[in-house]
Formats: sequence, C-alpha cells, structure tokens
Amino acid sequence: MMQIFEYNGSALVAMVGKNCFAIASDRRLGVQLQTIATDFQRISKIHDRVFLGLSGLATDAQTLYHRLVFRHKLYQLREERDMKPETFANLVSALLYEKRFGPYFCQPVIAGLGDEDKPFICTMDSIGAKELAKDFVVAGTASESLYGACESMFKEDMEPEELFETVSQALLSSVDRDCLSGWGGHVYVV
Amino acid sequence: MSKSVIETPPKGGFSFDLCKRNEMLSKKGVNPPSFRKTGTTIVGLIFQDGVILGADTRATEGPIVCDKNCEKIHYMAPNIYCCGAGTAADTEAVTAIVILLCLCSDMVSSQLQLHRYHTGRESRVVTALTLLKRHLFNYQGYVSAALVLGGVDVTGPHLHTIYPHGSTDTLPFATMGSGSLAAMAVFESKYREGLTVSSPIPFFWSLIFLFQRNEGIELVTEAICSGIFNDLGSGSNVDICVITKGGKEYLRNHLQPNPRTYTSSKGYSFPKKTEVLLTKIIPLKEKVEIIEGGDAMEE
Repeated sequence: MMQIFEYNGSALVAMVGKNCFAIASDRRLGVQLQTIATDFQRISKIHDRVFLGLSGLATDAQTLYHRLVFRHKLYQLREERDMKPETFANLVSALLYEKRFGPYFCQPVIAGLGDEDKPFICTMDSIGAKELAKDFVVAGTASESLYGACESMFKEDMEPEELFETVSQALLSSVDRDCLSGWGGHVYVV
Repeated sequence: MSKSVIETPPKGGFSFDLCKRNEMLSKKGVNPPSFRKTGTTIVGLIFQDGVILGADTRATEGPIVCDKNCEKIHYMAPNIYCCGAGTAADTEAVTAIVILLCLCSDMVSSQLQLHRYHTGRESRVVTALTLLKRHLFNYQGYVSAALVLGGVDVTGPHLHTIYPHGSTDTLPFATMGSGSLAAMAVFESKYREGLTVSSPIPFFWSLIFLFQRNEGIELVTEAICSGIFNDLGSGSNVDICVITKGGKEYLRNHLQPNPRTYTSSKGYSFPKKTEVLLTKIIPLKEKVEIIEGGDAMEE
C-alpha cells in the first residue's frame, strides 16, 4: 500500500532566527519513484512578509494554494491591509478543517513576520490541526530525517546568514536520506 | 476547479467535495493519511473549592512525536476549561465551535439572556456540556474528540467526561486518552473527597489554602506523570489548570520532567558553505502610514 503523501514527494522546513525566518523546500516533483521535474516550486509568497509551503499531493497543493490566494485577496480588498501570519494560519486551518471528512492531501508550512518583525512559524496536518513551534517546523516525506537534523542543528537567535546556512544544511542532509525528495532546494530568508 | 476557486466564503459546516475522489483513491490501494493526534493523558478532579484539570503536552503523528510542548487544555469560558484527547484538529475545532455556540446561544436566543450576559452572568458548565455532546452525537463519533470538561459556576464545581460518540459522565475524578488507565490507577488509590478547606478563606488563611490546594495539584501532577512515563502516547511536560469560584489559574508547564539535557552549548557551525546557485534579493516595501486628522490636505 502506498501513502498518498508519498506520491509526489517533498521536503519542507521553516526555522526562526533573530527577527527573521527561513523557509526552504526541495525542488523535486515526482510520480512515485520517477522524477518529473527538478525545478518545482513548493513555496509561494502570499505577501511580502508571509510565505506558504505546501507539501503532499501536488494537485491538491495547487488547488489549495489558489483558494488561499483568492481568500487573501478578498481580505486585502475588504481590509486594505495584509494578513497577519497568525490570521493566515487560522484561514488555512479553517479551509482544511472544512474538508475534515474528505481532506486535501496536503501538509502546509506557514512562515511569516508579524508585528515588530516577530517571526511566526506553523505547520498543520492535512485536516488543519495547527502546531505552533518556537524553533522550527518540518513537513513532507523527508520530515522524519528533517526532525533529527533540525533538532541538532538549530540554535536560538541566529542571524540571517547563519540561519540560511543551517536551514540549507539541514535540508540537504535530510533529502539525501529520502528517495522521494531532492534535487537541491529553494531557500527564502525574510 | 474554477467553481471551487470562485466559491465565496463563509457558509460553515463541513464540505464533502473530495470524499468521492479520496474513496476512489483508497479503493485503488492508496492509504489515507494519518492525522495528528494527541495520544494523551488528560485528567480532572473536583476538590472542595473547584476543579483541577491536567494534561500532558505530547502530540503524535503515528510513531513520530510532532510537537513536544502542545497545549491540550482549551479555553471555553472564563470559568470553564476543557481538555481534549483524540484527533488534534477535532478537539481544537470542537472547543472553538462550542465557544461560538455558547456565545450565540447566550446572546441571540433571547433578550433576557442577553441582558443577563451583560450583567455578568457566567456561562454554566452544563450548557457547554450539552453543546459539546450535541455536536459530537450529531457526527456519530466521526468527530473523534474525547474530552474532560471542568468548570465552576453558580451551581458549584462540575467535572464531566465526554466520549467521541456523545455520551457523557459526571464524576468526582476522571481520566481520558491513551494514558487514562495509568492516571486512573493513581486517582483510584489516592483520591479522597475534600482535598482542601472550604471557601471563602480569609486572607491570612491563604497560606494554608495554598498548601491544601497544592494537595490537589500534586495528585493531578502525579497522575499525569504516571501517564507520561507509562504510556508511550503521552510525554513531555505537565499542564495544570485550577478553576475556583473566585477565578482560575493556568499553570502552563507546571512540571517539566523531561528536559533536554543533551544539547551541546556551542551548537553546530558550518565552515564549508552550501553552494548557492542563484541569489535574488527583494527589499521589503515600507508600508505607508496614514495619519488621520492631519492638516496636510487642508486648504
């Protein structure tokens, strides 16, 4: 039996630094063991200070992404401001929980800068149970090895350069132990 | 797809759009995903002045610990709290829905209630209990939330357990979750009625009160610890919430029996840098501040 999350393969990680955050993903899109693309974008910008990564089944990830962008644009029009990362996380959670009994096969990672550049990171399962962490969050098929790598490499209050290096090293060493993700990574440091 | 994108916001309730597709996939031999669970020890007990709730802080996804310090004691009303075990999303959503329902039923159903709400009437524990069990019974156990509900209202302290199918118990001490057996063993051997002096207490008695209250807290802590150490689904720290007639005290991470002792103080540093293929720097736009009532536009 195959796990649906393993159909496309993915690795996502977000980490908190000093007044900054980093979110990174791998670049592989596969269909089971066959690689389809090596420059796949899993992380997207919601606005300047909030980024969203969607791991899991790529078709659901893209559908969900479009719905979220739509809802965020409505919010921008109505409120004439950008969403706070906490608010955005609640929106994602609500959209996922709406499909409690027929979920999107998708695990989101949300990272953003809130008021006074306070970093915020969060991940969820496929039905929107939020996990708010103070240090790092991971998702995707490489999550098990990412947990280990991040747990040992993470330090508090890293500056952007060091944060970038730590996230990259954690990601690269983890995807090396996962057949379903790889081909380098995208890293966003805000 | 265009329909689902255009479909506008809130109507509430669950959507079953993807059920058919997901069922088709699982027939083809694709495993449905595992959800985040709070394989849990949650407990509660009544002491003479109120209720103490306790919970561990581990969240799991299959055999992986995905959160080492999550919060399982949820706020429902200033005088009511609720511990949740089961699927994490369900316990959070159920308590959130019931908070909304509490507000709605208090505020909308009648002007009299609205008035009483404004004059500072507290929500009753039975109201929350009924709303919770109604919601869970409605979904025939598919919303898998097992709850321990505790609170103090005008009729005194109350403690209830609610099962995923909507049945409820009213007990002097209760445990739920995968560690319930371990915790119940502690309660069964050590619980007794009136773990504290009766209220109200004059100020100079408060030290004794504190000591007596600690008796209850200690018992709850011991029960949770028994779950943490004997049940693999529970772990990490102990959260406690004490609700009394006068108020409540939320003791987040009351006890941390599993601190991380193996980190190196220096941490890792990487002398050989990761190879960067492409760097793109996008400066963040500064937001324009609009100061209202300024005289810039005056003629």
